[in-house]
Amino acid sequence: MININHIDKLARLGLTEKEKRKFKKELSAILDFVEKLKQVKTDKVKLTAQVTGLENVSRIDKGQAKSKQERKKLLNLVPHTKDGYVKVKAIL
Amino acid sequence: MNLNKLTIKQASHGLAKKEFSAVELTEATLNQIKKRDKDIYAYLTLTEELALSQAKRIDKKIANKEKIGLLAGIPVAVKDIILVEGVRCTAGSKILENYIAPYDATIIKKLKQSGAIIVGKTNLDEFAMGSSTENSAFGPTKNPYDLERVPGGSSGGSAAALAADECIYALGSDTGGSIRQPASFCGVVGLKPTYGAVSRYGLIAFASSLDQIGPITKTAEDAQIVFDAIKGKDEMDSTSLNPPDKIQNSKFKIQNLRIGLPEEYFVKGIDPAVEKIVKKAISQYEKMGAKVMEVSLPHTEYALSAYYIIQPAEASANLARYDGIKYGLSEEANDLLGVYLQTRQHGFGNEVRRRIMLGTYTLSAGYYEDYYIKAQKVRTLIKEDFNKAFEKVDVLMTPVSPTTAFKLGEKIDDSVAMYLSDIYTVSLNLAGLPSISIPCGKVGKLPIGLQIIGQQFDDEKIIKIAQEYEDRSI
Repeated sequence: MININHIDKLARLGLTEKEKRKFKKELSAILDFVEKLKQVKTDKVKLTAQVTGLENVSRIDKGQAKSKQERKKLLNLVPHTKDGYVKVKAIL
Repeated sequence: MNLNKLTIKQASHGLAKKEFSAVELTEATLNQIKKRDKDIYAYLTLTEELALSQAKRIDKKIANKEKIGLLAGIPVAVKDIILVEGVRCTAGSKILENYIAPYDATIIKKLKQSGAIIVGKTNLDEFAMGSSTENSAFGPTKNPYDLERVPGGSSGGSAAALAADECIYALGSDTGGSIRQPASFCGVVGLKPTYGAVSRYGLIAFASSLDQIGPITKTAEDAQIVFDAIKGKDEMDSTSLNPPDKIQNSKFKIQNLRIGLPEEYFVKGIDPAVEKIVKKAISQYEKMGAKVMEVSLPHTEYALSAYYIIQPAEASANLARYDGIKYGLSEEANDLLGVYLQTRQHGFGNEVRRRIMLGTYTLSAGYYEDYYIKAQKVRTLIKEDFNKAFEKVDVLMTPVSPTTAFKLGEKIDDSVAMYLSDIYTVSLNLAGLPSISIPCGKVGKLPIGLQIIGQQFDDEKIIKIAQEYEDRSI
């Protein structure tokens, strides 16, 4: 059975009690539906995470300096800034 | 002449022959939007100024006798989950309601270089999660064939805009059927390319191992034109790739074509009227000389379950970035946790929260092996089913969706019923295969699509096969 309080906490969704009841019911219906997979034998099957077979694609490990203009564009999207930094609430 | 009704090919021809200008073509499209879109609601944002300035540039080039490509001067509608620099990109979500894209997606960069005219951004289910466009935080799009019905989803705005002649072609994204199903419901052509064939850089991420961008067009010929312009490996998307070196032979003779019908796709659950029309379309190919045979994809019944584990799992990870700190909606609170909770509580709609929770659950300690790993193993079996079928046949043909466009509100409260409308499309995303939806008839006034599925990198081939149908059918 799904522990909705635990999932809400992990997913940082801030659900109300009413929403928790609603979602718990809906999620149970979906989980019942996907339960079907248990019928499939997969002991010797390898998993697929990437369908075209690419492996270990990497780029050169080098930072790229942003132009002043690019910096400005990105910082304009930030809700709270101070002296060109992203401002957040105190963590500790 | 209604310029906005032209195909890419026709419009491009007209521009080259100076029968009309790019500005005239763009204005015809914008006028149609003004006339029709208050009923359809296909567009979330119009980029009229950008469009007209791009059109003027193309007209200048034509006047100067510069060589222009097939897409130069042609108006395109872009699904509002693909970034266009300086233009708002909402992903259909309140959390990005005021987000201004800071850069162009790779495909937008390519299309701009081809001289494309971007007329606006189209409506979608929030973060592309849905099959009807009803999950948009900004209200549903209506089907141009029947305003009481959905256009399909999640690229419903793009398909509806095209069907209503509010653009010459459109761009969509497809994670489990989101290009093909709305194309089917709206009577237009939709191509989901091979996974990785088109760069996803600048596409807002939903489920990264499944997402793919593709064209929605009036004809298969147009789909090829757009695909040529947007495909190819991109340094900015590590999953993108060019077709392998072995020579890709897209040449074929219809007389030698072997078409497979997956027996598991023509079973109960499909509307008999839909089945009849799809089978009739397939018999057209038979008349042209193709061989049609039954094949089996034994793990078909597990595909939707595997998809509804893998896709929400990836979504829950991708959507963790919306925290109210770097961009998008940010709610006030006393502490950092409060900012996260308030922002996500107010920013996300129901379907998005449902999928985040589902994904969080199936990835959580104690359940990861049973759900996520299990689903990825089943994914392997589904892919192997297709490999085996393709030993016997060249392509597969199936319906796109078991029904025609359903009524607004009909499935919105029943997640599983809504998910079932993607039963014929999700397997292809799990296997990374290309497939195209083409209009093949109507039940009453509602269009139906035929789905043609190829092996990985057979994109060109399935487009050509689709074209054969367009050319020969009346």
